[in-house]
Amino acid sequence: MSAELVIFFVLAGIAVFGAVNLIVQRHPIHSALSLIVVMVALAGLYLLMGAEFVAAVQIIVYGGAIMVLFIFVIMLLNAGEEERTNFSKLALYAGIPLAVAVTGLIAASMVGSKAAAALPAAAPDTLTSTRALSTLLFTEFVYPFELTSFLILVAILGAIVLAQREN
Amino acid sequence: MNELLTRYAFLIVPVVKIAILVFIVLTVDAYLTWIERKVIAHIQSRWGPHRVGPHGLLQPLADGVKFVFKEDPMPANADKVAYFLAPFITLMLALTSLAVIPFGPQHFTVFGYRTGVGIADVNISLLVLFAITALAVYGVALAGWASNNKYSLLGGLRSSAQMISYELALTLSVVGVLLIAGDFSLRNIVDQQAGSGKGLLSWNVFPQIIGFVCFFIAAIAETNRVPFDLPEAESELVAGFHTEYASMKFAMFFIAEYTSMITVSCLATIMFFGGWLSPFPDSWTFTHYLPSLLMIPLGLWVFFDGVRYESMFGRMVLPVVGTVITAIGAGLIVFPAVNDAIQGIFWFLAKVFTFLFVYIWMRATLPRFRYDQLMSFGWKFLLPVSIANVVLTSVVILWRMH
Repeated sequence: MSAELVIFFVLAGIAVFGAVNLIVQRHPIHSALSLIVVMVALAGLYLLMGAEFVAAVQIIVYGGAIMVLFIFVIMLLNAGEEERTNFSKLALYAGIPLAVAVTGLIAASMVGSKAAAALPAAAPDTLTSTRALSTLLFTEFVYPFELTSFLILVAILGAIVLAQREN
Repeated sequence: MNELLTRYAFLIVPVVKIAILVFIVLTVDAYLTWIERKVIAHIQSRWGPHRVGPHGLLQPLADGVKFVFKEDPMPANADKVAYFLAPFITLMLALTSLAVIPFGPQHFTVFGYRTGVGIADVNISLLVLFAITALAVYGVALAGWASNNKYSLLGGLRSSAQMISYELALTLSVVGVLLIAGDFSLRNIVDQQAGSGKGLLSWNVFPQIIGFVCFFIAAIAETNRVPFDLPEAESELVAGFHTEYASMKFAMFFIAEYTSMITVSCLATIMFFGGWLSPFPDSWTFTHYLPSLLMIPLGLWVFFDGVRYESMFGRMVLPVVGTVITAIGAGLIVFPAVNDAIQGIFWFLAKVFTFLFVYIWMRATLPRFRYDQLMSFGWKFLLPVSIANVVLTSVVILWRMH
């Protein structure tokens, strides 16, 4: 077992544990903290695949900015512990089989494809340089990139309009 | 044995370096509290700590003993996990951020493993640093929330709002430097500032003076220091987020704060002030004797001050310390090879300590911001100015290219 594979399983295990913990926890803050663990573990996985820039941005944007807002709102609203209810019948009869089916489908496609074997063993010396990534982003994918930023701008304007008090 | 060392050098060398760095940084943190108290005391015409050891030099040790042996009560109905986790997260992230900082120009080979002065040489080190600072807010926010105390909660809330607001300005303010350097690696950013041996004229601070001012202001806000220490504003919030923390857990917040001060000072030195580069032109070789020139008078002063010090302990210790400092200073003249080797680290530390002094100086000088002033300053002044700096720098670079 190569070192990359060991690191992959450790990070994947942490990510899955965080994701399950996110649902199991009853307090919103604990759930939000578990989500941060998932984000950081995902960043580690990106780094393992040689995407250093994506890994850093994952932590800065998702782990930092977005989750801080989550925690800020939960703390501001002073949300207490959630009550646990009985499972709905729909979740029991439709949800669980569906979850098993989706997991099986993903597993089957991963086992089937040859990419799965090469995925965790991506050598760290083939790091995608930030320069190459930005060149690609600003030449070949410039229209999708600019459109996305425009979309975010529209969302910001919408948020400002909604937040503005009538006067 | 030697073969084993060579094989696992990639593991052993970083671990040893981490141990050394953590030891040095924790010691510097401890003495930074002493320097801070002394400097503020002298600015306010007081003596500062002077009872424990000569000139209060053993005060950090006494503080440490006090922290270890103090009772550590936990507030009722506190969230146990988060309450314990918060100081650990804060300290861990503060120490981790030092890992990507290069402290000197040298590369050396240990057991066939090539390494530099500094723990990791990552080619996106600046982004890693920002990623770690982005996570640092959780320690403070969680500490405030988990304490089950309204003042702590207010401190935590203020801290997270402040960090979100100033992180944007912090990140944008260094974009100008990145545009000039064309690289995320801190080592390359310093090397690029070497220019053609003209000394301080080729440092980034001159083309990026706006960026530097924005960076330093935002960085002070990120480290929760005066005048941006609203999360722990003692006149309104008792002690803010760490009201309910005592003993070693409180000390961990304290150490984390001083460590982030060191990190920010290192970063400002590297990004804008040429890192380990000498401010003098390369042709001025006589400036290489500056470390000795500073150390010999300092050592002699400590010696003669120590001989007539009022306490017996001081009369015994201070002359020895003075002799050691003088001997090191004289030794640097005798061994030019050693003298050349420490030039980089000497200039780096000199700049870092200048920034740390500025931090302390500001604490003694400036009053705290009001909360609405803090927010409007961050969003309405700092952010637009740093965006304008990015645009301006890009235009100038583009104009020079054509």
